[in-house]
Amino acid sequence: MKVPLQDNKDFLAGLLMIGIGSIAFYMALDYPFGSTLRMGPGYFPRVLAGIFIAFGIYVGLRGLRTGEKVESVWGWKALAFITVSFWVFGWLMDRIGMIPSLVVLFFVSALAGHEFKFKEVVILSVVMILFAWAVFIYGLGLPYRLFWWD
Amino acid sequence: MDIFNNLIFGFSVALSLQNLIYCFVGVFVGTAIGVLPGVGPLVTIAMLLPITFNLPPIPALIMLAGIYYGSQYGGSTTSILMNLPGETASVVTCIDGYQMARQGRAGPALAISAISSFFAGCVGTLLIAMFGPPIAEMALKFGAPEYFSLMLMALIAAACLSSGDMVKALAMVVLGLLLGIIGTDVNSGMARYSFGIPELTDGMGFTVVAVGLFAVSEIVKNLETPEKGEVFTAKIKNIMPTLADLKASIMPILRGTGIGAFFGTLPGTGPSIASFSAYMLEKKSAKDPSRFGKGAIEGVAGPEAANNSAAQTAFIPTLTLGIPGSGTMALMLGALTIQGIAPGPQVMTAKPDLFWGLIASMWIGNAMLVILNLPLVGMWVQLLKIPYRWLFPSIIMFCAVGNFSINNSAMDLYLVGIMGILGYVLVKLECPPAPLILGFVLGPLMEENLRRALLISRGDATVFFTRPISLGFMIAAILILLTMILPAIRKKKIEAYESGSPP
Repeated sequence: MKVPLQDNKDFLAGLLMIGIGSIAFYMALDYPFGSTLRMGPGYFPRVLAGIFIAFGIYVGLRGLRTGEKVESVWGWKALAFITVSFWVFGWLMDRIGMIPSLVVLFFVSALAGHEFKFKEVVILSVVMILFAWAVFIYGLGLPYRLFWWD
Repeated sequence: MDIFNNLIFGFSVALSLQNLIYCFVGVFVGTAIGVLPGVGPLVTIAMLLPITFNLPPIPALIMLAGIYYGSQYGGSTTSILMNLPGETASVVTCIDGYQMARQGRAGPALAISAISSFFAGCVGTLLIAMFGPPIAEMALKFGAPEYFSLMLMALIAAACLSSGDMVKALAMVVLGLLLGIIGTDVNSGMARYSFGIPELTDGMGFTVVAVGLFAVSEIVKNLETPEKGEVFTAKIKNIMPTLADLKASIMPILRGTGIGAFFGTLPGTGPSIASFSAYMLEKKSAKDPSRFGKGAIEGVAGPEAANNSAAQTAFIPTLTLGIPGSGTMALMLGALTIQGIAPGPQVMTAKPDLFWGLIASMWIGNAMLVILNLPLVGMWVQLLKIPYRWLFPSIIMFCAVGNFSINNSAMDLYLVGIMGILGYVLVKLECPPAPLILGFVLGPLMEENLRRALLISRGDATVFFTRPISLGFMIAAILILLTMILPAIRKKKIEAYESGSPP
């Protein structure tokens, strides 16, 4: 059973760990290490990053040996739309107020699903935005503008 | 009796109108969301955590606890009626519960599940009241070395005992500790891993990590494959279990409660392994084990009791030591911290109204669950019909507005997106996110205690092995690691988890 490297679950996990660990270690080089008696701000991060890289090497090598495949398919499209819906919402909140921002959030995030029915999304956003208004603005008293003219 | 005075004090707090309402809202919302397939307790709490931030500490915690056991309970309803476990703990309930439902006995299965949950929840709550104070008193004597060793042991145990790959779980603890470093170092005032972003000098928000890791990754995973069409939903004819059902359930409930109470306090195990063990025990001690898997009521009663008593006793280490044993408990601890309460043994003495009020509210909440669930089960069933394509945008809305409301900053939402990508990739590569959040919560405390311990001992690292209590924790940590490396025991653990998966 030969699994291509880009589908090898543990190899990829190991690679990710080594990558994150290396960045963390490299950045921590700027923080004074101190000594065991007086630990500097760089002590804990560097030790942890080192351990993390070691785990990464172990998991990665194990992956080469066992060669287990990543299960199911990658949901990149769904992940992209959902991530973007958070980003766009955050960016719009201060600019155009809560209600238009939420409309955008609903339309962008609904694109992550398998079916996109325009009418349904319209109804869903109307109902849920009313609900959000009741919970956040009326119930919790959060001081957000509803529209850009408020 | 001190306990009674304390409990009465607790009830006086919990029975105030405001707290009763929040308890009810928590239980109600928790059950409603917990019933929804594909939305487990972790997602539910992660999603609603930012909202409770806007409440005062006691109602916030009471509501969160209500959400927690409400969603735990709601998950069982879905398991019984639809054979769709919301989380690992209710996987076992599916086996016999769903079979009962197919035989037209969904009502009794739900009733027994409610009764066992209520009983176990009450016992669990009582155990917190009994064992909380002495443990906290003991923990007050802990110095920095003891705390560091205890946290190390808890993290190792949580990683080793949880289901799945031990090495990856340990690695995720380390990643959590690394993420916990982000922010300003308290000792030197130096900003670490802030990437030049001013918001990050305050550290990464706890809810940002929780929503990204749990909610986003879960939603995307559910969206990978198209929604399944119609699912068989059982009709519920009569709720009342027969006398024979009740009689058959008494012993399993008692046994399950005991097992659950034990596993709940251990880090890493919690409700899921408790319900698996209870199921195995019932199967082994039954006169006719072949009935199991075909709708045996003991197979619902035992695991449900275990599941719920473990859910309660998991609060013991969280509230008394400030050390969470599971992902959900890490979220509860995070909620305490967000409210400005430093978790640890001093909570009980410094905030007795919070501690005892919370405990009393758990009892009230458990009673509400029974009242709420048996008559309203028809309503919950209706919720099962909501298609996922309506649900997930609504979950995202709550996560987004909730996270925005904490700091009123767009940066938090940008970070949610980044943590979501990380969370999804980790989940796909089967790196469990729960140990990560444990490490994230405990990271700053661990570094602080490590520094202090080494300062006290003048840089002598043997301090962790020369003080008796600390040595005990260290030995326990090493033993757990060693036993898990031994192939025989590791195999047993895998068996224990796999035997519970539905056929």
